[in-house]
Amino acid sequence: MSLNAIKRALWIYHINTGSCNGCDIEILAALTPRYDLERFGMMLVGSPRHADVLLVTGPVARQMAPRLKRVYEQTPDPKVVLQVGSCGMEGGVFYESYNLVGPVDQHIPVDVYVPGCPPRPEAIIEAVAKAWVKLEKAEQVA
Amino acid sequence: MSWLGNSSLTIAAIIGGSIVLALLGAFFGLLYRGIDRKLAAHMQGRIGPPIIQPFRDVRKLLAKESIIPDGGVSWLFQACPFIGLVASILLLTYIPVFGPGALLEGYGDLILILYLLIIPSLALVVGGFASSSPFATVGAQREMVIMMSYEFPLVVAIIAIAWRISHVTDINPFIFSTVAQYPIWNQVGPVGVAGSLILLFTLLVVTPGEVAKVPFDIAEAETEIAGGLLVEYSGRNLALFYLADTIKAFAMVSLVVALFFPYNLSPVIGIGAAAPAFVVDALFFLLKVFLVMFISVTLIRTAMARFKISQASYIYIMAMTLIGLVGLILLHVDMIV
Ligand code: SF4
Repeated sequence: MSLNAIKRALWIYHINTGSCNGCDIEILAALTPRYDLERFGMMLVGSPRHADVLLVTGPVARQMAPRLKRVYEQTPDPKVVLQVGSCGMEGGVFYESYNLVGPVDQHIPVDVYVPGCPPRPEAIIEAVAKAWVKLEKAEQVA
Repeated sequence: MSWLGNSSLTIAAIIGGSIVLALLGAFFGLLYRGIDRKLAAHMQGRIGPPIIQPFRDVRKLLAKESIIPDGGVSWLFQACPFIGLVASILLLTYIPVFGPGALLEGYGDLILILYLLIIPSLALVVGGFASSSPFATVGAQREMVIMMSYEFPLVVAIIAIAWRISHVTDINPFIFSTVAQYPIWNQVGPVGVAGSLILLFTLLVVTPGEVAKVPFDIAEAETEIAGGLLVEYSGRNLALFYLADTIKAFAMVSLVVALFFPYNLSPVIGIGAAAPAFVVDALFFLLKVFLVMFISVTLIRTAMARFKISQASYIYIMAMTLIGLVGLILLHVDMIV
């Protein structure tokens, strides 16, 4: 079986590592009739075991760091990680807060970054499309 | 009425027929799932996934890694998807699909179907418990509750029809060929038609519970218990459960069709030859399945939100059973007047 099968059936698991909920609302907006993520075969799933894409929002709060790693390990291969929102990149509005343990990519490998506070749903959809491209490249190398 | 004629039903024919039925069942199960998702999306004002999306989903799941949780009972965890799939295919061999009688016609009747319908749900429950996740355990308990609840109205509806048919003929009324030979609508007067409509309504409400769809998908509720029973399943095992689910939905709707709409089109429009008659009947059957699926699955799941487990169980045990019994009484009254 090749990765070709995955490109048009990405299932997304959303994990919130201490976000202010702004990005989470934009992700829900991507599911509404206006943006309709499902027409690309993408689906929000309730368990990391079902997921192909791990969508991380928010800076990493100290309590969330081990959980984030665990959820990453629970996701079956092959997988990509999307990091949505500025605060998960360099702190954003939570910059230098006492309870943060750094950007998401210090804990798990991130494939696609989506800057913005919060980013627009179009940006999130484009990021998932970039994730397809990344999986395709991985397939060509393999 | 059987596909092969009972006398010549050899082992090879049974195996070959089952494989063909399994492939057809998987194909149409996934196709109807795709149509269902597309229509639901349109009803919500969305474009929705392409109709072949469920095929892509299954193909993708097969390419993924299958993780077995550390704390789980490994062999049971892996066996349950197979049991669920095999039991769903078994349903198709006993229920008449595509016009002619069932493949194993005469080897099992409606009572057997009632038992077989339990097995895929039971496989889900055992698989959920075997995965040792607290979410899956909660889901498994809810699935058991809902299973026990819808059983009652389902039995009432099936028994009522068989009981009414047993008054017109001496042949075993639990066999599908008898039900097809004496369609319930032709045997009853106006009161009986009302009773039959009520029984049909009961079965249409039982169907979403049987195939775990909104508003009765409490056991798999993604938003509250993270996928419930299936929370630990991934890759190939999840794909098998996905297939079992679509095939069971197809079989359950075929059962409703076989009980209430056992009519064939070919005698009506006067096609005598075997091959074209089969094609016409098969297409007509697919149309009937589509209509029942549309009303009892797509329409209900788009129009309603999820029930709580106590509400769902109350609806089945009290409300639907009482409604079914009213239908039974109307059928009886119809015979007296
Ligand atoms: S990026 Fe902005 S909107 Fe998004 S979670 Fe962080 S603070 Fe909230």
